[in-house]
Amino acid sequence: MLNYIVRRSIAMPFILLGIVTMAFLLTAITKGDPLTAVVSEQQLNNPEIVAAARQRWGLDRPLPERYLIYVGNLLKGDMGTSFVTRRPVSTDLMARLPATFELVISAMIIGSVIGIVFGLLAAYYRDTAIDQSARIFSLFGSSVPIFWLGLALLFLFSVKYQILPGPGRIDPRMSPPPVVTGFMTIDTLLAGNLAAFKDALSHLILPSIVLGWTVAGTISRLVRANMLEVMEREFILTARAKGAGELRVVLRHAFRNILVPVLTVISYSFAYLITGAVLTEAVFAWPGMGSYAVTAARSLDFPAIIGVTIVGGVMFLITNLLTDIAYVLANPRVRLN
Amino acid sequence: MSVADAKGPASASEPLLRIRDLKVGFSSHGKTLPAVRGLDVELSKGEVLGIVGESGSGKSLGMLASLGLQARNAVVSGSVVFKGQELIGRPRRDMRALRGSEISMIFQDPLSSLNPVMTVGDQIREALLLHTKSMTKAQATARVLELLQLVAIPQPDRRINQYPHEFSGGMRQRVMIAMAIANNPELLVADEPTTALDVTVQAQIMRMLRDLKEKLGLALILITHDLGVVAGHADRVAVIYAGLVIEEAEVRELFANPRHPYTRGLIASIPKLTASKDKLYSIPGAPPMLGALPEGCAFHPRCSFAQDVCRKVAPATIELGRHRASCHFAETLPPWGESARAAQSEEPAHG
Repeated sequence: MLNYIVRRSIAMPFILLGIVTMAFLLTAITKGDPLTAVVSEQQLNNPEIVAAARQRWGLDRPLPERYLIYVGNLLKGDMGTSFVTRRPVSTDLMARLPATFELVISAMIIGSVIGIVFGLLAAYYRDTAIDQSARIFSLFGSSVPIFWLGLALLFLFSVKYQILPGPGRIDPRMSPPPVVTGFMTIDTLLAGNLAAFKDALSHLILPSIVLGWTVAGTISRLVRANMLEVMEREFILTARAKGAGELRVVLRHAFRNILVPVLTVISYSFAYLITGAVLTEAVFAWPGMGSYAVTAARSLDFPAIIGVTIVGGVMFLITNLLTDIAYVLANPRVRLN
Repeated sequence: MSVADAKGPASASEPLLRIRDLKVGFSSHGKTLPAVRGLDVELSKGEVLGIVGESGSGKSLGMLASLGLQARNAVVSGSVVFKGQELIGRPRRDMRALRGSEISMIFQDPLSSLNPVMTVGDQIREALLLHTKSMTKAQATARVLELLQLVAIPQPDRRINQYPHEFSGGMRQRVMIAMAIANNPELLVADEPTTALDVTVQAQIMRMLRDLKEKLGLALILITHDLGVVAGHADRVAVIYAGLVIEEAEVRELFANPRHPYTRGLIASIPKLTASKDKLYSIPGAPPMLGALPEGCAFHPRCSFAQDVCRKVAPATIELGRHRASCHFAETLPPWGESARAAQSEEPAHG
């Protein structure tokens, strides 16, 4: 097992270097001039100031040199300084990553649970009203744009019925807990502040549902299709013939057999969730990586853009590795090889 | 027989299983297509009954429906009495308690019949734990090892933790058998148990089933398309055609004196080493499609003895002692012997 993980991990630094290179080149061929982010509009006409700024940020050097310097710094853990915040990009990202993680993980849990449960129900009650309802629910989640869904749910639950709070991670009137993990729900608990925990949790619900709903549809369609197939297999008849009840047949015998495709779609949806988080964070004023990325892109903040890309790539690679490990655990036929 | 009678205690003379007028149909576009059209079969304790028929004749379907394992869109009627209890219409919970404990089943392809992501030990253990709630896991494991030994799987303590794909075809069917006999059932239904196996392994599995039958006092229903398997292992044979038992007799009697042209055709189509190579007999035509049954006797379009009456009137069952056949000419067919058999074989196989 350890051997397998090591083998799987060997390629990771190379893929990562590829991502860095791509991100670097893509920003370099962008038409806009990043100096607009650094120098104020009035001073753009002043050639001396422009030249000084170019030199200060290293923009006067040729591209290959800039690339080598960047990669060299990256190896030391330095992702450069943001044009906009004037803080190290790594510091910015570390501050914002937990918020995104908290959102994405909770969206993933919600999306997977809803997707799996609906998929199982739809397959078991094929062609009935239950199946149709699950189909419509899935279709809705995966076809309605996030920003629309987010605003609609905000209006409904926060403005009209006031069941749930509005945007943000926690009520501004509450003093936020000291940062330990960066997860608001966990930090409030660690601080022993139950009221703040409840508030953070209720702030998390809407954005997680909006984001999770987008992937629940894909997951439930896949679970349904695979379950329909596996329920026709002969070992299902064997299970019934030995006296197993329907719940046991569905969960223990059928569902276990479709774990591999389900894990695959969940891991792919993770990549989708990271992208979807950008929009969700924008709608819900969530101070995570997504809104950071949006600001960075708007102002051509190159170091920040590349930084976000790298972190996204790393998260994707880690998810893939975890998925591969889960495959092995889920499928005994892979385990031997 | 009324349901109240059926629920009375089993008397000594009562058969272990009695299926009467069992019908299984599939509803499709408002119509019901009959697949099993009134099955009548009986089985005593410790007896081996062969049920023979082509694929699609309804032989498996009838047995599955008897145990409540039919597809969801199937409509089942008739009577299935097991040890004095009516099974048709019983609550699902009761049927579950019965399946795998008193009545077990094994299937054709042991690879697809076993769950690929569960160890064989877990699968057999499950059969035990489902029916004996008081059993501990350790007790179940001990019993699984015992069962694996009983079906002659070498190194059971190692094999118990392996997955089905690590077993050969014959070994997998042994695992299925171990699972089926785990709770000492009284009836084992084997649906084409050797069809997917190599010829040499077929013989081993059949021998094992017969040994277990003696050892455990099992009654056995052997569903097969292969008259050869039935000849060697069954006490009695029921031949099924288009959802009906068209002939039933003791095994020797059936082969010595078949009274239905279909049975004669089946016997004639068993390849013989002495026959010339290019003249393998086959019954002309094909079994009727579901929902497109011919009028009169269902077999008449393929029957070389068919007369006008066969095309119009469905034959009644004629009983001659313990031998019964559903043919208008059951008593008047020419006698069956080597010559008749040869004659039938000479006949060209055309539709």
